[in-house]
Amino acid sequence: MILRRVSPGVLVTAAMMVGVAVGAPLIVDQFQLLQLTVFASMCILALSLGVVWGYGGILCFGQSAFFGLGAYTYAVAAVNLGESTLAIVLSIVVPAVFAAALGYFMFYGRLSDVYLGVITLSVTLIFFNLTNSTAGDAYRIGSARLNGFNGMPSLPTFNVPGNPGRPLDPTETFCLVMALLLIVYVGLHALLASHFGRVVVAVRENETRCELLGYDVRRHKLLIFTLGGAIAGLAGSLFANWGAFVSPNVFSLTTTSQIIIWVIVGGLGTLVGPIIGCVAMQYLATELGTQQLANTSLIFGIIFLAFVLLVPRGIVPSLGALRARLFGARERQGAQARRA
Amino acid sequence: MMDPILQTIGLSVQFGGVAAVRGVNLCLAERELRCLIGPNGAGKSTLFKLLTGQLQPTSGRILFHGEDITGDHTHAIARRGIGIKTQVPNLFDGLTVREHLWLAARRTNPRARADAITDEILERVGLGPQAGGVVGRLSHGLRQWVELGTVLAGNPELILLDEPAAGMTHDEVARTAELVLEINRTHALIVVEHDMQFVRMIARTVTVMHQGAVLVEDTMGRILKNSAVRDIYLGKHGGA
Amino acid sequence: MDLAAVLTLEVLNGIASLVLISVGLAIVFGMMRVINLAHGEFLMLGGYAAIVATNHGVNIWIAMLVVSPIVVGIIGVVAERLIIRVLYGRMIDTLLATWGLSLFFIGVVTTIFGNTVAGIGAPLGGIAVGRYSISLYRLLLVGIAAAILVAIYAMLRTTRLGLLARATMENPNMAAALGVSPPRVYAATFGVGAALSGLAGGLLAPISGVLPTVGAAYVAKAFITVISGGTAIIAGTASAASLFGTVNQLLTYLTTPVIGEAGLLAAAILLLRVLPHGITGKLFRGGL
Repeated sequence: MILRRVSPGVLVTAAMMVGVAVGAPLIVDQFQLLQLTVFASMCILALSLGVVWGYGGILCFGQSAFFGLGAYTYAVAAVNLGESTLAIVLSIVVPAVFAAALGYFMFYGRLSDVYLGVITLSVTLIFFNLTNSTAGDAYRIGSARLNGFNGMPSLPTFNVPGNPGRPLDPTETFCLVMALLLIVYVGLHALLASHFGRVVVAVRENETRCELLGYDVRRHKLLIFTLGGAIAGLAGSLFANWGAFVSPNVFSLTTTSQIIIWVIVGGLGTLVGPIIGCVAMQYLATELGTQQLANTSLIFGIIFLAFVLLVPRGIVPSLGALRARLFGARERQGAQARRA
Repeated sequence: MMDPILQTIGLSVQFGGVAAVRGVNLCLAERELRCLIGPNGAGKSTLFKLLTGQLQPTSGRILFHGEDITGDHTHAIARRGIGIKTQVPNLFDGLTVREHLWLAARRTNPRARADAITDEILERVGLGPQAGGVVGRLSHGLRQWVELGTVLAGNPELILLDEPAAGMTHDEVARTAELVLEINRTHALIVVEHDMQFVRMIARTVTVMHQGAVLVEDTMGRILKNSAVRDIYLGKHGGA
Repeated sequence: MDLAAVLTLEVLNGIASLVLISVGLAIVFGMMRVINLAHGEFLMLGGYAAIVATNHGVNIWIAMLVVSPIVVGIIGVVAERLIIRVLYGRMIDTLLATWGLSLFFIGVVTTIFGNTVAGIGAPLGGIAVGRYSISLYRLLLVGIAAAILVAIYAMLRTTRLGLLARATMENPNMAAALGVSPPRVYAATFGVGAALSGLAGGLLAPISGVLPTVGAAYVAKAFITVISGGTAIIAGTASAASLFGTVNQLLTYLTTPVIGEAGLLAAAILLLRVLPHGITGKLFRGGL
């Protein structure tokens, strides 16, 4: 049964992740290792939207809301508890609960496409506005001051579970993030191959037919949306840990747009696509940020415009189409032979 | 009759000033095959939408196995055992034929059994060769059969077919009629059709709708001779 | 009493502001379903056009009312022909392309003008109302916003051009069969939308100043207003702007501008929950 076979692409990608996790600390210097760490964290964020939008068909314009909630939850919890383990758990749970509430609000209200996009966008902007206005001593949760637009500095970073006196060093952090990325990637693939995952994709294809077959479409959307929120929240804690800092920018229009761009550039409808799009865009941004030749926005603008005209479906699907054209004849012959 | 599988009592739905379905009283026995005919706009597809919960009636009731299902959600009604092949096929264009049947079967069966049912239905409907084909690229006739197979795979007790022969070649129509009769051995069916050849191949009792209400219910033979029916519908086709 | 008058004026200002920043998008998205992420940049370009023209001696009114719309209208038509036209019906590609366009415009303007705020003073000065002073210019903007809505409505409803535009949007093939050229209509419609945005940008320049990045402040609110308004372009935008503008300004008065912003957003969320297709969604099918 096709649904049980593991796609070779998944194996290759997973192997590459393991390779990077093991090899990078040996090859690159600490600065680059920190860069890779934040790249990998953002890949997890990209995956969260990749599954919600690419597979669930839910155009969420406010994925940064869950990302930011995760970051701030980690910040507040870590400052209050002095230990990171529970803080990380909370940074997954709190955004997940919020996503569930928001999802219930939207999907059980039969909201869809652009209208849903507007609501999710509004949500992240509300968070942006609210966190921006929390400057001053009055705004604190427990012993953590929120600090408004200045952000929360000097956050406790990840420590070995149960041992707050022993923070993780950059290599350990990097390996942890890569491990999480691998788990999320493989886990999502497994989920999408399961019955639940197949229904989620079917919902994206034709909601009516799904309902007519007896599936509760609203519930499936709610569950996948909540999962996306949880994963984004995890990425938020990783981001907060990386810079030991969190600010309202995690909720900004720029952030939420970037996530969307990563997914589009990499390829909507795949899981490795958002990862590639994220790494490519982040790398480009870092490289371009250092040169003075031309304005960064200008260059990115031209890149995106060229991209749309040349590689409209995104990197991964276009590579897939290219591969199909090169090897397609052989594959078709093979398929015919198998059917005979 | 013994307990009917489906009963509607005074079922009506209104859109603005238009009564699309007016006071329909329908009674269907277990494993009965009913044909539902009538000119365009008679309310047949709308009635189907009411029966499957896609539309909420403005008055009246729907009873399935004696239980009131009026106002239930679409998926809840589907779970009770009513399946429908819609007028405009509702399919997952990006998925394969096999996946359609599998999704339908898997909801109520464990994986292995779902696989088995999928293979069975592929055989039965004659879709074996197309099993791996992406449905969006299939011809119209094949898409109709895929939808029929998908509905079957969910094993509903009552199957509604809205224009199952539409857009089919003559051979395909004959094959579909065969299929419908075969399905009728184990399921109740209501079939809406405009193709009178097709209707004649399968008809026992026929219900004629006109302007939202039931005009007459009778056997095919007597319907053909009914002058009121002629006037609203068959008359335009020049009779038999 | 003066307070009530001033407050009413603040609310009207808020509504007018939303109308101005949204009306161009209402045309482009409302009629053509193009999600133009560069909408904020059209406003920004309009602002820069007005400022540059004024700084070169052009009368400020001509600069805002004539130069801005024409410049941005032309830019819009060029963008439509080169980029947007290729992507009709492809939403995701349009998202990426217009985002690229947005960055492109920001990049070009930053390169030419740098990062500092450019400004022109608001003309007309103020008058006293009791203890408060209100800006006559802002008062004028309220009138202009209303006039724009009426003018668009009239144009779409009563002129042949408007009829052609509406027909083409509904059914391009049929329009083509009747001798209308849909590509020309699209270019013209997009151009009008861009011009309106340019006009709005020019008019708002004296009030908010212009930065290359000022578009970001506009685009989210514009989309939220237009989409919450629903399918009827004029009625939708007007009603959504009225609701949100009122909520925003009242909350701003009672608390802070930031809370006011949050209130606008919350109002949008609640509105869409109650009316999942926007204010005029199901009510105004086919209407304006």
